[in-house]
Amino acid sequence: MAPPFEGIGASVRRKEDLRFISGHGHYTDDINRPGQVYAYFRRSDRPHAKIVSIDTKEAAAAPGVLAIYTAADLAAIGGLPCGWQIHNKDGSPMAEPKHPVLAEGRVRHVGDPIAVVIAETKQQAKDAAELLAIDFEDLPGVATVTDAVKPGAPQVHDGVANNVCYDWHIGDKAAVDAAFARAAHKVRLDLTNNRLIPNAMEPRAAIGEYDAATGDYTLYTTTQNPHVIRLLMCAFVLQLPEHKVRVVAPDVGGGFGSKIYHYAEEAVVTWAAAKLHRPIKWTAERSESFMSDAHGRDHVTTGELALDKDGKFIGLRVHTYANMGAYLSTFATAVPTYLSATLLAGTYTTPAIYGEVTAVFTNTVPVDAYRGAGRPETAYLIERLVDCAARETGIDRVEIRRRNFIPRSAFPYQTPVALQYDSGDYVATLDVAMKKADWAGFPARRAAAAAKGRLRGIGMSTYIEACGVAPSAVAGALGARAGLYEVANIRFNPTGSVTVFTGTHSHGQGHETTLAQLVTEQLGVPLAQVEVVHGDTAKIPFGMGTYGSRSLAVGGSAMVKAMDKIIAKGKKIAAHLLEADVRDIEFKDGKFTVAGTDKSKTIGEIAFTAYVPHNYPHEELEPGLEETAFYDPKNFTFPGGCHICEVEIDRDTGVVHVVNFTAVDDVGRVVNPMIVEGQVQGGVAQGIGQALLENAAYDASGQLVSGSFMDYTMPRADDLPSFHVATENTMCTHNPLGSKGCGEVGAIGSPPAVINAVVDALRDYGVRHVDMPATPAKIWSIMHAAAPKMAAE
Amino acid sequence: MYDFAYQKPASIADAAKLLADPEAKALAGGMTLIPVLKQRLNKPATVVDLSKLGLAGITVSGGMVAIGAMTTHVTVARSAEVKKAIPALASLAANIGDRAVRYRGTIGGSLANNDPTADYPAAVLALGATIKTNRRSIDADSYFQGMFATALEPGEIITAVEFPVPEKAAYVKFPNPASRYAMVGVFVAKGPKGVRVAVTGAGQNGVHRHTAFEQALTKSWSAAALDGIATPSAGLNSDIHGSAEYRAHLVGVMAKRAVAAAG
Ligand SMILES: Cc1cc2nc3c(=O)[nH]c(=O)nc-3n(C[C@H](O)[C@H](O)[C@H](O)COP(=O)(O)OP(=O)(O)OC[C@H]3O[C@@H](n4cnc5c(N)ncnc54)[C@H](O)[C@@H]3O)c2cc1C
Repeated sequence: MAPPFEGIGASVRRKEDLRFISGHGHYTDDINRPGQVYAYFRRSDRPHAKIVSIDTKEAAAAPGVLAIYTAADLAAIGGLPCGWQIHNKDGSPMAEPKHPVLAEGRVRHVGDPIAVVIAETKQQAKDAAELLAIDFEDLPGVATVTDAVKPGAPQVHDGVANNVCYDWHIGDKAAVDAAFARAAHKVRLDLTNNRLIPNAMEPRAAIGEYDAATGDYTLYTTTQNPHVIRLLMCAFVLQLPEHKVRVVAPDVGGGFGSKIYHYAEEAVVTWAAAKLHRPIKWTAERSESFMSDAHGRDHVTTGELALDKDGKFIGLRVHTYANMGAYLSTFATAVPTYLSATLLAGTYTTPAIYGEVTAVFTNTVPVDAYRGAGRPETAYLIERLVDCAARETGIDRVEIRRRNFIPRSAFPYQTPVALQYDSGDYVATLDVAMKKADWAGFPARRAAAAAKGRLRGIGMSTYIEACGVAPSAVAGALGARAGLYEVANIRFNPTGSVTVFTGTHSHGQGHETTLAQLVTEQLGVPLAQVEVVHGDTAKIPFGMGTYGSRSLAVGGSAMVKAMDKIIAKGKKIAAHLLEADVRDIEFKDGKFTVAGTDKSKTIGEIAFTAYVPHNYPHEELEPGLEETAFYDPKNFTFPGGCHICEVEIDRDTGVVHVVNFTAVDDVGRVVNPMIVEGQVQGGVAQGIGQALLENAAYDASGQLVSGSFMDYTMPRADDLPSFHVATENTMCTHNPLGSKGCGEVGAIGSPPAVINAVVDALRDYGVRHVDMPATPAKIWSIMHAAAPKMAAE
Repeated sequence: MYDFAYQKPASIADAAKLLADPEAKALAGGMTLIPVLKQRLNKPATVVDLSKLGLAGITVSGGMVAIGAMTTHVTVARSAEVKKAIPALASLAANIGDRAVRYRGTIGGSLANNDPTADYPAAVLALGATIKTNRRSIDADSYFQGMFATALEPGEIITAVEFPVPEKAAYVKFPNPASRYAMVGVFVAKGPKGVRVAVTGAGQNGVHRHTAFEQALTKSWSAAALDGIATPSAGLNSDIHGSAEYRAHLVGVMAKRAVAAAG
């Protein structure tokens, strides 16, 4: 019987799922170290206040308390660093106020940690934290970017004038002004990209441990990138030698970006473990997650599109206010700029583009990358603008897209905003999606719905995104303070099995399966014989972790390079064993064969020989079969596609039902179609969540109003229909796999498709735009306001 | 959660004795009490578990459905007898919270708590039910006294709820998108106590009757009878999920749907 096909293209079941769904995952909070004690953070319940005094006496005397630390104890410790420096229009660097590990003299957002109590039990730590007597003097707070830039607004940081972190731009302003001057049509849209709370299923947790005998530190933490955390924590915060610090990210239950960043709690438990010589565990309660995990999005944007008389886009002008929150989180500054404004061309040939971003501090939780990071914001703006342009010029919304698409023949395509797209076929994804969604049959469905008193609408987005972050030199030139290559080590074991050590990290994406399939494909080793190891700096080479849909495109490419080296070495060993010239050895399906003969050796035999080198070319080769490769991508990858959403609105209540959703994405080479489908499904669910349900609501002063699931609407299964998901791929031209990435496309392409459908459903009400989330109350008030006007007509 | 003593008495008399302590708190399904304890919003010295008092069970006789205080939502939802006698009550219970909540939460706990957005209070008020306690019987109209406020005296234990079987009844709820409690829930009933309409979720003071709707439906039991009767928004809740005006509008929509569903 032929072995089952398990290589590239096989929908093999995920190796990791058995342990996940049977409750045998091993998460940070599952780890308990001998002598472990517990940390509890006392956080600010006010948006903005001066800390007049902290009296720890009573708390320190409470049962079980080992230590209480405040900013005063951390004087020797640095602030939490920001990993990306943006420059203002005038070339000066952005404002980068200190992000203290514990609040220094002032709290700046609800959830800002003020003090940590360490006690024998969690309960005791929490009891004692309540006994801390903190005297506050409330200061006026500010929550929105629009309020924060007003004259006289409360100032979040001393020395940051008008709360502006930076004022940045990209593109050619003069060319855009000229385009607008000669435009036949101009379309303008003001919109808000709503703030989201990531809500990974597993709350953040960290355990710090110190071995007094060796001076070694270990930090177990819920991170997407253990080496990055080690680097940031050692070099910037604790000034520890990296080689004495091990960071372990065991099973991690979802991140969506929120677990990329270096957080205060990680530094505190590591530092305090050495002070107390006890392992210290901290696990967030869900309410803490709401106010301490970096939030996502929160942009207020104005976009203007200039068109010629034929509906060709000739200029685009965009200004965004981006909310940074109270402090700069690790990659916050890059999100609205290099991860967002560089995609303003979308899938279109717009020749002149100018984008400006004003980043603003407010008294809110820091904002950073969240599934899609900057690209959903841009896709939403562009695809909403295009729909408005279609309506206002009277050109069909599909036709206007076709007229402006970058044609397949134009790749590689240099956009006016820095990026060069390598491949894509936007007509193909559009055509397939329209067919699958039965776009042509929509008028009949709309009429049928109308007969039942319901409003039906359809909408699409033909988006693009950039992922596979990132070419280090490009990122560095743009302000990144880190390299963004990836690394893999492929180790054959003597008996023929393979251990892959990857610098990427899996927190639900299925890498233990997908990456193993690469080995099966390239080296012919059965899947069951391949183990993927990740998430432990003591085991894996120095990698940059997982975010920006990079694990396959960048991490997988590093694996391919390492496996190329394995094959090259294997050929030499085979040539020796088969007494042939190395140039005559061919490698295929796990076998080294002397070309034109039936003389061959399996890769398992070669591996065995490499470790038991009795008959071995010792003069020219080292024993062993293990190779490492670093891979720095030549470019970003550019997934794109077409999402089509169909909704029905209940006239009486304003409830929007998503009745159909089709996603046809170009993700490049697909390794495991089932996993890709799962990634797209999850992303679309989050995108629909953003469009219809989710909103991190603050009151004007900075109180978090949606601080629990009672008020923050997470999408549930019954909010969503079954999605139609497919891919229509063009290959990435610059990495060896041809893969682009699929982790974020769902969350990027879907929100504009949903809102375009909602606006379409409301077309009789004269509605031009609906801000996200399109809640029942919002839809009802729009209809309610329009009703008298409609009745009069 | 703060520390507390845990007691599981085997008789109502013993439970009452324990609950005579003002620092004691009754525990039914725990779906409200346990989260409150976890968030340290309450600090009882003793938690008195009511699960061994024999208060769970449903009996239907003489035009009356009696439901023991410790009967879970899932039991009510699945009861063939309730489905037959008051189908609206079974379907109300079937749409409370999620499955885990329905397996733990009880009718007694829900009514003792009287959350202004809970579902059961609407059924109790519209059906003119009677709350039985270890001390007395309380009729629905005097039981509900504003949000989280009831006629229960300190230490008083709900033992059962008696619902007169109506001729027609239905409950329609517009769930809060996040919590899935009632943003607006309307229970309409036509029965031995006349036409009664109760609204939950919308009002700042919790469940209340809608007399304008009752009068209109008494004249003519049809959804159309409610046309043109505006519900004033004064006194209704306004929050991030919807304005008072929106809730007022939903009261009308849910009421019409309920009348239509009741047939
Ligand atoms: C996630 C979630 C979703 C929910 N969704 C809904 C919903 O959609 N609609 C809805 O109506 N409800 C909802 N609930 C509430 C739930 O259905 C229960 O009705 C409610 O939690 C109270 O019932 P319990 O048995 O859990 O009472 P407990 O939590 O045990 O007690 C609640 C209060 O009542 C007191 N008490 C309990 N029993 C008695 C008694 N017999 N006599 C006197 N006092 C007593 C307790 O001392 C306590 O103060 C939800 C709850 C959760 C956690």
